Amino acid sequence: MTLKEKLNQQQVTEYYRMMLLIRRFEDRAAQAYMMGKVRGFLHLYSGEEAIAVGVMSVLKPQDYVVTHYRDHGHALARGIDPKAAMAELFGKATGTSKGKGGSMHLFDASINFMGGYAIVGGQFPLATGFALASAYKGTDQVTVCFFGDGALNEGEFHEAMNLASVWKLPVLFLLENNLYGMGTRVDRTYAGGHDVYKASEHYAMEAGVVDGMDVLAVRDSVTDAVDYIRQGNGPFLLEAKTYRFQGHSMADPGEYRDKEEEAEWLTKDPISNMRRQMLEEDLLSEKEIQALESEVDQVLDEAVRFADESPFPEPEALFENVYVE
Amino acid sequence: MPEITIRDAISQGLKEALDNDERVFIMGEDVGYYGGAYAVTKGFVQEYGERRIMDTPISESVFVGAGVGAAMAGLRPVVEIMTINFSLLAMDQIVNHAAKIHYMSGGQLKAPVIIRTVTGGGAGLAATHSQSLEGWYATVPGLKVITPATPYDALGLLRTAFKDENPIIYAEHDLLYRTRGEVPEEYYEVPFGQARIAREGTDITIVANSGMVRVAEDAAKKLEARGVSAEVIDLRTLRPLDIDTIAKSVHKTNRCIVVEETWRFGGFGSFIASEIQEIAFDDLDAPVARVGCADVPAPYSKPLEDLQIPNGDTIIREIERVIGL
Ligand SMILES: Cc1ncc(C[n+]2csc(CCOP(=O)(O)OP(=O)(O)O)c2C)c(N)n1
Ligand SMILES: [Mg+2]
Repeated sequence: MTLKEKLNQQQVTEYYRMMLLIRRFEDRAAQAYMMGKVRGFLHLYSGEEAIAVGVMSVLKPQDYVVTHYRDHGHALARGIDPKAAMAELFGKATGTSKGKGGSMHLFDASINFMGGYAIVGGQFPLATGFALASAYKGTDQVTVCFFGDGALNEGEFHEAMNLASVWKLPVLFLLENNLYGMGTRVDRTYAGGHDVYKASEHYAMEAGVVDGMDVLAVRDSVTDAVDYIRQGNGPFLLEAKTYRFQGHSMADPGEYRDKEEEAEWLTKDPISNMRRQMLEEDLLSEKEIQALESEVDQVLDEAVRFADESPFPEPEALFENVYVE
Repeated sequence: MPEITIRDAISQGLKEALDNDERVFIMGEDVGYYGGAYAVTKGFVQEYGERRIMDTPISESVFVGAGVGAAMAGLRPVVEIMTINFSLLAMDQIVNHAAKIHYMSGGQLKAPVIIRTVTGGGAGLAATHSQSLEGWYATVPGLKVITPATPYDALGLLRTAFKDENPIIYAEHDLLYRTRGEVPEEYYEVPFGQARIAREGTDITIVANSGMVRVAEDAAKKLEARGVSAEVIDLRTLRPLDIDTIAKSVHKTNRCIVVEETWRFGGFGSFIASEIQEIAFDDLDAPVARVGCADVPAPYSKPLEDLQIPNGDTIIREIERVIGL
C-alpha cells in the first residue's frame, strides 16, 4: 500500500510529525529521568507510535480515550500539550495534573483524554462506563480503551468485554500486543493462542487484527471499527501487533528478550519506514523532512525548558482536589 | 556476624523453605525469569525450576486465590503480589476466603499461605502505587500481618511464617530492601506478636513499624542531642499485636506517640492509641499522640510527596508538642 493512495500530503506530514514527536518526547523523558528530574516509574511508548497516531487520526473531538500507564503516546497523539505533559513528568505545578499524577497518570479532560491508569486492567470498567454514558445520553461518541497484552488476564478485561457486548456499548477495545507483560511473554500467560483478538468470540463481539507498526493500516482498521461502533452495532476488539523498543520501564534492563527478536522488530520501526516511504513516493523531500524534524526538536526543547523553569507545586496544593468543593 | 540486606534475608528464608519442604512453591507475576520486580527471587527459577517457581499471568484474584486453595489442599504456597496496591484485586480472596476458611469450616480446613507483598511510598509512584495497606489487613481476624524492618527480623519472621498454619500477609517496604544488618549464621526464629525495642529511652515511647522504624530512630537520635530520650518500639507484626511491650514502655516513659505510614483517619495507630489509653491511662502524662500521612492520596511531585509521608521532623515536631518543649 502506498501512502499516496490513501493520504494527502498534509496527513502524511501530520502523522509523521506526531510519531516523531512521541518518539523524541520519550527520548527527552528518558534523559530527564537519568538526570533525576523525572522520578517513579517511566514507561516509554517508543516503537508503538503508529498505533496511537493511527487511532487518533480517526477519532472525533467528542470521543473518549482512556489508557494505561504507558500513556505519553496516546496523550500526545490525542492533542495534549507537550509542555504540560513534560511538566507533569517533572512534577511541576504547570503539569497536566499540577504535578499530582506523574508519567503514569496523564489526564486532559478538555480533549476527553480520560486518563492513564497504572493499575493493570483498571481502565476497562471505566471505559465501559464512558460508553454506557454515551449510550444513555444517545450521543454518537465512541470510547477507545487502550490496553496491553498483560491486561488480557485480569478479570476486568473479561467482565468489561462481556458487559459491553451484552449491552452493545460503543467502545473500541484496543489491544497493543507488544508480546510482553513486563518480563513475561504473552504465550506463557495467555491460553488463547497467537490470535489474541479471537478472545472476542466468546463474547460474540466483532474483532480484528492489524499491523501496529504501520500507521496507515491502523488508520484503516480503526476507521472500519469506529464506523461499525458509531452505527450502533456495539463494541469491537482490535488487536494491534507491536513491540516496545525499550525495557518495560526505565528500571528494566530487558534481559529476557531475544536479541534476534528485538533486531527483527527494529526493522519494522514505524517512523523510519514512513520516512523512507515518503521519500520514495516523493511526498516530502529530504529537506522538508529535516525541517519537520527540527521543528519537532524545537517543540521539545521548549517543552523541556518549560518543564524545567516551571515552579513546583506550593505546599497548599497537597490538600487541594481531594474532594470536589 | 555477617551483614546482609533485607532483600538477601528474605531470599535466604525462601530458599531454606524451598530446600526443606517439598510442599513449598512460589508464584506471582514475574517472580521467575524476570527475577521478581524487586529482585527477591532472582535466580530462583534457574535453581528450583518452573514447577516450584511459577510466573503467573497478571491475574491477582486467581493466583492469590489459587494459593489459598493450594494451601487448603495441603501445600505451602508463597504468593508474591508485586505491590500491596495490587492486592486490592485479590482482596476478596484474602478477606472473604483465606481469612474465613478455618473458622467457617469449624476448624476442618486451614489455609497456610504466605502472601508476600511490597508496601510503602516515597518512590514517586503517585496515588495508586504508594499505599501502605497492611493496616487494613490487620483489622481482619483470621489474618496475620508481618512487617519486618531489619534483615534479622525479615529472616526470623519469615521462618516463623513457614511454621504458622494461618494465612499471612508479609509486607516488605519498598525503600528498605537495601537496608543492611547483622544476621547470625546459626538458626533462629523471631516469634510473631513480640515487639522489638529498637532504641531504649526514658522520656517518650515512639511506636512504629516497617519503613517508619528507621524514621523514628533518626528522630530519636536528633532528639537525644537536645536532651530528650525517646524509646523506639518496632512492632514487627501488626497482628498479633504486642500491646504489652508498648504498655511496659509507657509505664516507664509516661508518653507515647504512634507513627504509621498511612492515613491517620482510621489507621491502625488509632487502635494502638485507644488500647494504650485503656490499659495505661494512669501512666500517661499526655494524651497518646499520632503521626501519619497527610490525609490525601499520594502525590507524584517530590516536594508534595515529602510533605505527605511522615519524616523525622514531623515526628520531632509532634514530640515537641507532646512534651511541651
Ligand atoms: C493490578 C496490577 N498488577 C500488576 C501491576 C504491575 N505491572 C505494571 S505494568 C505490568 C505489565 C503489563 O503489561 P501489558 O499489559 O502487556 O502492557 P505493556 O507494559 O506491555 O504496555 C505489570 C505486571 C500493576 N501495575 N497493576
Ligand atoms: Mg505488553
